[in-house]
Amino acid sequence: MRAPWRWLRRNLVVVAGLATLGYLTLPNAVVLLFSFNDPDGRFNYTWQRFSTDAWTDPCGVADLCGSLGLSLRIALWATLGATVLGTMTAFALARHRFRARTAVNSLIFLPMAMPEIVMAASLATLFLNMGVRFGFWTILIAHIMFCLSFVITAVKARVLSMDPRLEQAARDLYASPPQTFLRVTLPIAAPGIAAGALLSFALSFDDFIITNFNAGSTVTFPMYVWGSAQRGTPVQINVIGTAMFLVAVGCVLAARVAGGRRTRNKARRSSRRRS
Amino acid sequence: MLGPVRGRGPAVRGPRPPVRPLGPATRKRLVPYWLLLPGMLWLLVFFAAPLVYQASTSLQTGSLEEGFRVTWHFSTYADALARYSPQFLRSVGYAAAATALCLVLGYPLAYLIAFKAGRWRNVLMVLVIAPFFTSFLIRTLAWKTILADRGPVVSALGSLHVLDVTSGLGITEGDRVLATPLAVVCGLTYNFLPFMILPLYSSLERVDGRLHEAAADLYARPATIFRKVTLPLSMPGVVAGTLLTFIPAAGDYVNAELLGSTDQKMIGNVIQSQFLRVLDYPTAAALSFLLMAAILAMVTLYLRTSGTEELL
Repeated sequence: MRAPWRWLRRNLVVVAGLATLGYLTLPNAVVLLFSFNDPDGRFNYTWQRFSTDAWTDPCGVADLCGSLGLSLRIALWATLGATVLGTMTAFALARHRFRARTAVNSLIFLPMAMPEIVMAASLATLFLNMGVRFGFWTILIAHIMFCLSFVITAVKARVLSMDPRLEQAARDLYASPPQTFLRVTLPIAAPGIAAGALLSFALSFDDFIITNFNAGSTVTFPMYVWGSAQRGTPVQINVIGTAMFLVAVGCVLAARVAGGRRTRNKARRSSRRRS
Repeated sequence: MLGPVRGRGPAVRGPRPPVRPLGPATRKRLVPYWLLLPGMLWLLVFFAAPLVYQASTSLQTGSLEEGFRVTWHFSTYADALARYSPQFLRSVGYAAAATALCLVLGYPLAYLIAFKAGRWRNVLMVLVIAPFFTSFLIRTLAWKTILADRGPVVSALGSLHVLDVTSGLGITEGDRVLATPLAVVCGLTYNFLPFMILPLYSSLERVDGRLHEAAADLYARPATIFRKVTLPLSMPGVVAGTLLTFIPAAGDYVNAELLGSTDQKMIGNVIQSQFLRVLDYPTAAALSFLLMAAILAMVTLYLRTSGTEELL
């Protein structure tokens, strides 16, 4: 009788941790399961019968794939804008001394510490008063704004952790400043830039609160899902949610396999060189 | 490795104009400012200026037809606070409850990944981050199915008499979980849990495992090791995680809207409906300004008391 208790006490962390993991992944399992549902009525909340209709016709509901395309377009442009501006800022912060450093740092930190709804409402107030028409451009401006801080933080950390002697070595070997930047600095900073860009893409693609305030009548994919919670949830939403999940996990796995192969090749090459 | 390096002296480019407005030293000093300019301008115009603008909007009176004018109408704040203080307090309460739950649920998982996972570490990390890839709105809607009336979860809780206890505490109603405070807090906890786990993991990962061995060699029991060694060393992660969970949870309106009823409306719901439906911009601006002030004050106080001001 006491043995299971002792086992539980010894493995309490593992049990609790796995329970949390279950809590985190349960909704994804439900989304996957209900992408094969054939609901009676407009809402896809209770299980009726198995069907693959939604998977064979993912764009079968009006406006759904249009909103998905718009979200992808906005996410791509926002990523590009935030990555370029953020990388420039990060280099300035990591490499140069200048005045008003504290002010600049808090201007970068504050958007990450502010509830989204405050930024959303205040930016929308500005647009309203300026008479700007809400739509693609206002969404893009807002997304670049909140992605910037994350890119800056990611790139700055990478640049700061970089060995400055590598650039000095390049200069000693007569590389011009642009050459040093393109062939030494940028490749080393690339993982930080890539991390910032990926984060921007994910944040922009999935943003709802800021978009809700600044979209006008333009419908992005999260806005479509929000509207469908009132009008009726088509099964296709679950199909797209599951597909996004599978694509992302596939990319992660592919990157891991490729990365593993590269390190293995490198190891093989260096061992060959040694022998 | 490097390609051929060509000399780029002035002789190659031909004669330079005799008068240059800026010497090379001055130009070099201006480089950081040129690099900073676009990004900072973007944040100033689209982040900082709107906050100022919002403060002025909150002091305006008027209507959509006649237009709004700044009249230093401070009673908008008093009215807003008087009318919506329940929603304000509810937001703080729900966000605090969700943050505490995230800490309790997230710590074991972060600890598991950092110290016990071994070669499963990367797989577990992917499993923590992967749910993110499905839009959070779709995943929040899935909770409607999970917590549905007469669904398996609610039936199980009911037959275990858990629901009797929770409705006694006032966090559920009768045999329902949906449209109660429990459902909203459950959704908030779920949505912001990764923001707790990731900083916890990154601070736990840096803890040297030999410290545990040393503590054990000095006859500390596992519970003591955790209390005296692991927990203090993971405090930066705890502080960062609670902030990253509390701030977005306090301003959220998605969970309250999708999983709650009118009795669970949070301050975010009020701001959203004042702004997008009622079109009462001064009240929306005042509420949003109050939310920002309250959160900044709480964050500052929290960082002071936890002694980790260098996070800022």
